[in-house]
Amino acid sequence: MLAETRAPGGTKALPPAGPPRAGERLGGPAGRAVALAAGTLLLCAIAALSLFAGVGQASPTRIIESLLAGPGAAEGTVSTIVYDMRLPRMLTAVIVGAALGVAGAIMQALISNPLADPGILGVNSGAGLAVVIAVGAIGLVSFERYVWFALAGALLVSLVVYALSLTIGRGSPLTVLLAGVAISAVLTGISTALAILDPARFNALRGWMSGTVAGRDLATIGQGGVVILCGIVVAACFARPLAQLALGDETAQSLGVRVDATRFGAAIAIMLLAGGATALAGPILFVGLMVPHLARLLAGQRLGWSLAFSAIAGAMLVLVADIAGRFLIPPGEAPAGLLTALIGAPVLALLARGGREGEPG
Amino acid sequence: MRRQAHGGASLVSREARGSASSDFDVDFGTWRRPVRTRLVSGVLNTRIGMLVGFAIVAGTAAFLSGIALGKYAVPFEEVIAILRGADLGFANTVVLEWRLPRAVAGLVFGAALGVSGGIFQSLTRNPLGSPDVIGLGAGAFTGALLAVLWSDQQTAITILALAGGLAAAAAVYLLAYRRGLSGMRFVVVGIAVSSALTAVNSILLLRMSTSVATTASIWGQGTLLDVRWPEIVPAALCIGVLLILVIPLAPALHQLELGDGTAASTGVRVERARLGLLLIGVLLMAVVTSIAGPIAFVALVAPQLARLLAGSGGATLAGSAATGALLLSVSDTASAHLFPVSLPVGVVTAVAGGAYLLALILREASRR
Repeated sequence: MLAETRAPGGTKALPPAGPPRAGERLGGPAGRAVALAAGTLLLCAIAALSLFAGVGQASPTRIIESLLAGPGAAEGTVSTIVYDMRLPRMLTAVIVGAALGVAGAIMQALISNPLADPGILGVNSGAGLAVVIAVGAIGLVSFERYVWFALAGALLVSLVVYALSLTIGRGSPLTVLLAGVAISAVLTGISTALAILDPARFNALRGWMSGTVAGRDLATIGQGGVVILCGIVVAACFARPLAQLALGDETAQSLGVRVDATRFGAAIAIMLLAGGATALAGPILFVGLMVPHLARLLAGQRLGWSLAFSAIAGAMLVLVADIAGRFLIPPGEAPAGLLTALIGAPVLALLARGGREGEPG
Repeated sequence: MRRQAHGGASLVSREARGSASSDFDVDFGTWRRPVRTRLVSGVLNTRIGMLVGFAIVAGTAAFLSGIALGKYAVPFEEVIAILRGADLGFANTVVLEWRLPRAVAGLVFGAALGVSGGIFQSLTRNPLGSPDVIGLGAGAFTGALLAVLWSDQQTAITILALAGGLAAAAAVYLLAYRRGLSGMRFVVVGIAVSSALTAVNSILLLRMSTSVATTASIWGQGTLLDVRWPEIVPAALCIGVLLILVIPLAPALHQLELGDGTAASTGVRVERARLGLLLIGVLLMAVVTSIAGPIAFVALVAPQLARLLAGSGGATLAGSAATGALLLSVSDTASAHLFPVSLPVGVVTAVAGGAYLLALILREASRR
């Protein structure tokens, strides 16, 4: 419940100068709860829509029939399309999107940088490279084996980014972003090189490497979901102390926040969320950048609410990207990761443009 | 107007000439030597000369080993004999038809990328304002890919690549401009434009890959693998003309580095010079990209390496061309032979250049 430089919500002491104060437009906790519920409903609607959207030969009535019949009850292509293709990718999109949204919000709070995103800063690429090494060099094929590599890769890069933001990034969010872009370029380059060196082995990873939610079976999604759920729980636990860290270490300490433990917890949350999401869907960029801004617009500086909104909005974004990708380049499909980059990059440009004047550079 | 071999010290040079009798000796620094002939006078930075010389030697070594190495190894003596016109049967085909175009492309395209990078880093007065970082390479490649959808004429591809590069430059400029261009904001906006265009490129490549499968995706990484004479000859001619055109503009580029006002006061027609340089820079990038795909970071690294090695104040276009040619031929030879499978050179330059970019950012940040 922190408002960094703002007056406490609801007071009319200050005249509303400029745009209405972010977070107050929803009218207190009740309004936010309603907005969150509405968002969840909208998410469900889009998720349902994603079951019907596609180029496959399946009319809506047949899809509803096979849904009512349950898995395995009905035979034929429609049942296959629904249960083996569209339902898994819908679940993947929701889980991955929520994870990336929350990871972005946590990361922006952790390194107090509004341009942070585990994708742009190289965390997802680090997890991706670790998976490429695990699958290609060591030959692990099952998700529950290589997910550990993804987590380790994500943790390593997020620690590096954190260290960078403490040293070079003081007062300059753009510098940290640039460093992250460079890290990301190197890691992605190595992944690409490995994939080209051994095409046979990496054929299965080809789609995954540009970030796709397609082609996961339900068991894998379940395992990834567990990892991501853990991440969301950790994130929720540390949301409050993390928000208090924004006041500065000493003030936070005097409020009873254990500073180092909080930072460590946030790093673990990012590891679980970004690593788990990348292991499931490959390195997807920009979701963690865009979504927290939208969430802050709705929830203000309240990190807990912001996380909830980020999760919903992230899931929605990846779902929409996936649905759009099905129609963009018939007869093929564009992976969701490309669509999020396409939507997210202009947002980054606008955010960078809106950055403070006289940015040291 | 007096021509200067290298304009970095032009003000000093004019002052010296104005006040000095013929035997007045000004110390321009350890590596600088005043050159006075009847036609041209100026201060020659001998380190740039040495750098160019070194690049020629090392570049020739990379060039020759690029030709000699491979599954069908041709000894150096035979390579030289063939290049001098001997006929050794199959080895001739290997050397002249397969490997020579690639080696030539490495040198020529590298020089083009280096000069393009030098121009842009000077124009933006920002070491990161290089055409491959701020999305011009990606934009040129978008244009090239769009052209491939309709036609396979190399001219059409190059023209659309040019249009794409210019459009990307305009987009970056418009998005980043807010009461002036601040350094970092400009670069981050450029990176954003670059990521968006890269995503577009990947989508276009996916769309196309039903017909041309793997070649297109390798092209998307930036490669010299499939470069043959019919492509390289017009491209090399084009690059040669552009490199000649840039020579008379080089002094203006150095003045522009000092700021528009200062440049104008030293007699540079600011807008005209900038437009000409911008066009040449984008064209160089477009020609290379339309054939080799987006080769990352050579344009970023080459001018700075040149500056470092030459110890010059600003970017030197001759040095940038030399280091660019050297970097690309060495990377291409390395990418072709260091690994079990021949990699696209763009992957190698992306990894090496990305590491360099990181080091550059760390250094710039710690200097503040």
